Amino acid sequence: MAERTLITGTQNTWCPGCGNFTIQFALRNAIQKLADEGVPLETIVLVTGIGCHAKMADYLDINSFYSIHGRTIPVATGIKLANPELTVLCCAGDGDAYAEGLDHLVFAAKRNSDITVIVHNNRVYGLTTGQYTPTSPLGFRGRSTPGGTIEPPFNPLSLMLTSGAGFIARGTTRRMKELEDLISRGLRYRGFAFIDVLQICASYFNVGELYDRQGYALSGHDPADFEAACRKAEEWDYNRDAPIGFGLFYRQEKPVFEEQFDHRRLTAADREDMIRAILAAKR
Amino acid sequence: MADLSVLTGGRAGDGINSAGLLVSHLLNRMGYSTYMYFDYPSLIKGGHNFTITRAADMPVGACREKVDIVLALNQDTIDLHRDLMHDRTVVIYDSGKATADGQGVPVEEILKEEQAPPVMGNSCMIGAFAGAAGIPFTIVEEVFGTQIPRGLEKNLAVARRGYGSATRVLHIDRGHEGPFSLLSGNEAIGLGLLHGGLDAYVAYPMTPTSNLLHFLAGVAEDHPLTVVHPENEISVILMAHGLAYAGKRTAVGTSGGGFCLMTESFSMAGTNEVPLVVVMGQRTGPSTGLPTYTGQTDLHFMLHAGQGEFPRLVVAPGDITQACAWSARALSLAWTCQVPAIILVDKTLCEGIAPLRDGAFPPLPDENHDVPAGGRYRRYTITASGISPMLHPPVPGSAVKANSYIHDEAGITTERADVTVRMTEKRLRKGESLLHEIMRLDPVERSGREGASITLLCWGSTLPVCREVAGNLDFRVVQPVVLSPFPGEQLKRALSGAEQIVAVEENALGQLAMLCARNGITVDTSVRKIDGRPFAVEELERRILEVA
Repeated sequence: MAERTLITGTQNTWCPGCGNFTIQFALRNAIQKLADEGVPLETIVLVTGIGCHAKMADYLDINSFYSIHGRTIPVATGIKLANPELTVLCCAGDGDAYAEGLDHLVFAAKRNSDITVIVHNNRVYGLTTGQYTPTSPLGFRGRSTPGGTIEPPFNPLSLMLTSGAGFIARGTTRRMKELEDLISRGLRYRGFAFIDVLQICASYFNVGELYDRQGYALSGHDPADFEAACRKAEEWDYNRDAPIGFGLFYRQEKPVFEEQFDHRRLTAADREDMIRAILAAKR
Repeated sequence: MADLSVLTGGRAGDGINSAGLLVSHLLNRMGYSTYMYFDYPSLIKGGHNFTITRAADMPVGACREKVDIVLALNQDTIDLHRDLMHDRTVVIYDSGKATADGQGVPVEEILKEEQAPPVMGNSCMIGAFAGAAGIPFTIVEEVFGTQIPRGLEKNLAVARRGYGSATRVLHIDRGHEGPFSLLSGNEAIGLGLLHGGLDAYVAYPMTPTSNLLHFLAGVAEDHPLTVVHPENEISVILMAHGLAYAGKRTAVGTSGGGFCLMTESFSMAGTNEVPLVVVMGQRTGPSTGLPTYTGQTDLHFMLHAGQGEFPRLVVAPGDITQACAWSARALSLAWTCQVPAIILVDKTLCEGIAPLRDGAFPPLPDENHDVPAGGRYRRYTITASGISPMLHPPVPGSAVKANSYIHDEAGITTERADVTVRMTEKRLRKGESLLHEIMRLDPVERSGREGASITLLCWGSTLPVCREVAGNLDFRVVQPVVLSPFPGEQLKRALSGAEQIVAVEENALGQLAMLCARNGITVDTSVRKIDGRPFAVEELERRILEVA
């Protein structure tokens, strides 16, 4: 195949300093690594929602399905169901995955759909110019909550643990190398891989200093231990100041949803035989 | 002329639908055209259910106002349906559960003597019906053999006792029709979709299309068909987007409430050009309404659902055979023209049971997506027809980019004014291409006497009752099967010479009449029904004669 940079020539409109650049390059590198190992680039499909993160669909030169707000995951499951040879990943925002389309996140974890979901969690709505999200800290002053939010955030890692996800990780745009490694491992995982990426929003919620000060790489943590993963996930509640671990929290092999379907294709003759048999039984 | 109506009634949970279906099969095997209506409240056990099977020596697709035989599995069946009985109606009842003037069948005693479980009580009653109606027992054996393969011997033994206990009150001659395959509308839609090349079906349960999900899930047990029941209708239509983007011909099924949830992604299909098919079963609305009853109130919702302007196919089949044929065509046309398609049906059609007749499996064109050689693939290449060559990943050396934003030919988001105009025009041209395809498929059905001065104009499931009434009154019937794109020219031709056009609709506002008016066709008068029940033949005849 001709050399492909994986980057389209489309003009990039993320703000200077946006965390999305880090995710873009980490993702590009992870995809390039897959390609170097022999995975054909044309078998990789990216699904995005709507929001700043979603421009990834325009910027990465791979198959993409630029969906609507909150609606990446069922599309990705549909693609994987249609063709299990495809590697399918979602880039979703925290508004997408945790607010508008939370149901899909929980159910993809429950059914262990073989897709990788990268949540660009900047804890604020960027494209709609600065409102709170489900992971904004309590008291967040946004344009829809000028007096500060009155509801605390939820913890997406704990949510994924109780929903049955088999691969749960957290990365940050402040640690690109580790992020790239997490994405690579997520893409290789057979089943539902969830990666929450704490990303700074240069314009509306620039808390890089917090992630630098409180962040640390998980070490000595056994990702096969569910109880330990739960405790680790609860260490930081996305609200108060506490140590914020980055790395793989939980990993467990589970039966894969799409592998339980019969992927053969009916021939035209098979179809007509089948229809005839059904009609005969109804006579 | 033979014309027999049999009401089978009992408590919800007593297998009334299956019992009614056996009655239909007996009369089908006797050589008659049958139609079965199923009436049930929205509950699982204890309410009153009934079916009416009508059999005649001509095609029928609606009930009459009176029934000739009542098969009562409980007292309610007798007490609640006195208005449906005439002087000579024969009541056959389970004497352990009801009392009436008629023929009591000691079901409980027979079951005890035959050491049969209570679930076989219906077989006993069916046997008694066959005995009273003068249907040879060999016909009972044939029907049970195909329809109740489990516990056949015991069921037949019980049926034979019921048969023997009955006094013959009718003598049904052998008819000359069929036997046909008897299908529900849901099953006919399912078979049509399979004929059209269906690879996947995704749905969340909702009356009246749940049984389409059940039917196709059953097919998927034995065949490579992907059937998924996800968390909600939003997920349903999005999975369909993903499946179709990756090359699988996919349909979804729902009713009005579920379709409300789907509309955002239905609109997405208008822009990302992913072919989708929605089976939309109407019931009495608004909102939860009468969940298990019928209506034709969602036509304008279907014509306009989703933000933005984009072409769509809306077909409204009128009977079992049309449902099968047009489901196949809808799937085929959605993929040929890359537009979302709606198969608009209702509870009457979905859950009614009738014979599948000739023409149910039309030949379908091969789709041809010639991709210009050389260069990278561009999903939204601008063409004269508006239809871009559609490929699915993996395409070696190319990225296949679908996009819900306004996009350029490669599928990259743009906000440029000129590209917006060009792409909008391209998508609208698909509507013209679709109309061109539609014109070759007889999108307007005509029946009755050509040249009759009074024309009944109908859509969807009122077709059979209109046909019968038009036959009785020497009128003609015109039914646009395709409602979007609107086949205005064909409809005008079909209506030419009509002195009076009477629109028959099961809604309050006259939705087809409004659609016609918008297209320069004036309906003279309307007959409407809004109680959730389909028209009975005599009822429609009376209502029409009041205005015609």
